[in-house]
Amino acid sequence: MEKLIVSSSPHFNGKKTTQNIMLDVIIGLTPAMIASVIIFGIRAAVVIITCIASCVLSEYISRRVMKRPQTVGDLSCVVTGILLALNLPVTINPLMAVFGSVAAIVVIKQMFGGIGQNFVNPALTARIILMNSFPAPMTHWTAAFDYSATADAVTTATPLSGMMYVNSPNSAPDYWQLFLGTHGGCLGETCALAIIIGGVYLIIRKVISPVIPVTYLATVAVFSALLGRDPLFDLLAGGLMLGAFFMATDYTTSPLYFRARIVFAIGCGVLTILIREFGSLPEGVSYSIVLMNIITPLIERYVKPRAFGKPKEKKGKGAA
Amino acid sequence: MQEFPKHPFRTHGGAPVPHHKNTWNAPSAVLPPPERVIIPMQQHIGAPCKPTVKKGDHVYVGQVVGDNDAFVCAPIHASVSGTVNSITKVLLTGGQMTEAVIIDSDGQMEPDPSIAPPPPIKSKKELADAARKAGLVGLGGAGFPAHVKLNVPDGKNIDTLIINVAECEPYVTSDHREALENGKNVLDGIYKVKEILDVHRVLIAVEDNKPDVIQKLTEIADDPQKDPKDEVRVLALKSRYPQGAEKVLVQACTGRKVAPGQLPADVGCLVMNIASVSFLASFMRTGMPLTLKRVTIDGSAIKNPQNVIVPIGTPIKDVVEFCGGYKSEPRKILMGGPMMGIAITSDELPILKQNNAILAFDAREAQQYETTACIRCGRCVAACPMELMPTKLEKATEKKDVEALQELDIMTCMECGCCAFSCPAGRRLVQAIRLGKSYVRKAGKK
Ligand code: SF4
Ligand code: SF4
Repeated sequence: MEKLIVSSSPHFNGKKTTQNIMLDVIIGLTPAMIASVIIFGIRAAVVIITCIASCVLSEYISRRVMKRPQTVGDLSCVVTGILLALNLPVTINPLMAVFGSVAAIVVIKQMFGGIGQNFVNPALTARIILMNSFPAPMTHWTAAFDYSATADAVTTATPLSGMMYVNSPNSAPDYWQLFLGTHGGCLGETCALAIIIGGVYLIIRKVISPVIPVTYLATVAVFSALLGRDPLFDLLAGGLMLGAFFMATDYTTSPLYFRARIVFAIGCGVLTILIREFGSLPEGVSYSIVLMNIITPLIERYVKPRAFGKPKEKKGKGAA
Repeated sequence: MQEFPKHPFRTHGGAPVPHHKNTWNAPSAVLPPPERVIIPMQQHIGAPCKPTVKKGDHVYVGQVVGDNDAFVCAPIHASVSGTVNSITKVLLTGGQMTEAVIIDSDGQMEPDPSIAPPPPIKSKKELADAARKAGLVGLGGAGFPAHVKLNVPDGKNIDTLIINVAECEPYVTSDHREALENGKNVLDGIYKVKEILDVHRVLIAVEDNKPDVIQKLTEIADDPQKDPKDEVRVLALKSRYPQGAEKVLVQACTGRKVAPGQLPADVGCLVMNIASVSFLASFMRTGMPLTLKRVTIDGSAIKNPQNVIVPIGTPIKDVVEFCGGYKSEPRKILMGGPMMGIAITSDELPILKQNNAILAFDAREAQQYETTACIRCGRCVAACPMELMPTKLEKATEKKDVEALQELDIMTCMECGCCAFSCPAGRRLVQAIRLGKSYVRKAGKK
């Protein structure tokens, strides 16, 4: 008899792998990608493909250069590419998209050690970097179905910036338009319906738990109502749906367990509304998620699960 | 009267492991006397026994061949009649060396003439003494001496007896067969323990993937003569690994949580495995100590998977041969189920008291899965029945950070394997946690 394999229990493992989880996320993002092509035309596809290709290439090259095991196969870089593309306007110069992808993969993900190690969401952080580097092209919004608009064309307002700057009581938002996404904005910020379909798919496939998206959206609605804003508008506008279902649920940069996830999602919700109401930027989703990413380790330090049957610890530190 | 739960209480985590219960449907076969048995002196948690026979001695079935005065220890008996061939050291699983009595069988299986039914048991002490005399250890897998468990300290009031028939490990069906083949014995044992410990609530906990067991045990538990107040009932548990783990089982049956470092007795529960109570009943009838064990022989490399009743100490390869041998080259052999069983180095090792299964897998199933980086998905945390954070335990182990390990309650981990099973990155979490525990123990000793 050949030598028997001696290994530690358990001797079985489940069928889920990182790769098939990422594949599910890609499937979950497909409705949003399709919607963006319908709304903005073939150029949306160009942006998406540019981002995916440059993310995959960045990952491949940086792993090679760093002499680390190749991780392109886990498909996480494809997900980052798609998410980044969905956070860009359709008129973006492809070179800027490439710049964003390199920043996301090389600087934010690989420099920190690769998948599972980065502390902020690569796609969102890349978007913030792009917005600060190229403020003008990043806010050139074309109207929906205006397939030929160029970056130099007159930009339409996004619903959020419209609300912020026009603020006329007569221009009540058209909720259906918001829901279906036939308005200006980033590729993935427009069609709430497509994103909800993808998000529900991920929840059914148990890729994400509903805790973060549900808490995030609920907090936004409640807080928006408290401040006398229009909750339905706040839910449907901007990148909230994309953020709640696909960005705030990023494994690496959100907390590991239920209780900390609740705190995290409430934080995202509150910050989003605060930025929308008081900030100089119309859109708060990217910033609030990245901010909460940064304090995730802190949340995990203070909001811990209690081991089975362990008695509650007496708070010895007083009320300070 | 105590309330009986209609449904099990909620438990945390767990893993959707495949069942693979291939062998539940066939009656157990009885192994003919093996030529030779190897009886290790350590078949329980606690102090090892010292051999009480020497080379050349003639022994009978049921004769004591090893004992020790230590409290946490159970005597060991000859499982065949014959001659002591030698007393040597053998290497057991887990790498520890232990003495073993090797007996060449005379094929007669002659019982020790001094064995007689014990006098009726009347007190808790007598019950514990009987369990010790019988050499009974927890037959569910852990191998904790039964008399220690039955010796409930006076201050602790046991109000619930839980009979563990969850059998949540894949493949294993030996308890399933016990229930079907020896149901009456099981109930006799239960009534006896119930009477002696004066418990008025007995829950026979069965996973609901065994409807035939639930039906059969419900039928015989419903005995108006022996149980006029209907204090013995069957509770169907959800089929979710690890329902049979002691703490999880107590929680599922009573909603009570056993705190780290405590025992079920601290929350008023006593948990006994079905095979253990059934054996107690037959011991009280005949006086024959524990010398036989029902084991499930299964796995992709086994020709005719089935349950076999074997003399303890029979080399695994003899039992496999009895089951038609290997149908393909075995690459991994497990003592116990795939979730918590131990991979052994050779099939020459003997069957031990607490073995409930031997599984042999061919190359395809023995294949090692690939390990990639942790993606912080939280699946291990969600799966942990002990509500721990396995990925953090792994990271703290890598850093050898004993303080962090203790703060993360590493010692509460029962090594059930749910975390590693659920991990998409194939992290060897349980392996890391075992290492982490050894750091904590070492630090504690200093
Ligand atoms: S299940 Fe695996 S990948 Fe997920 S957090 Fe735990 S160790 Fe990391
Ligand atoms: S940490 Fe321990 S108790 Fe928790 S799932 Fe893993 S092996 Fe089981």
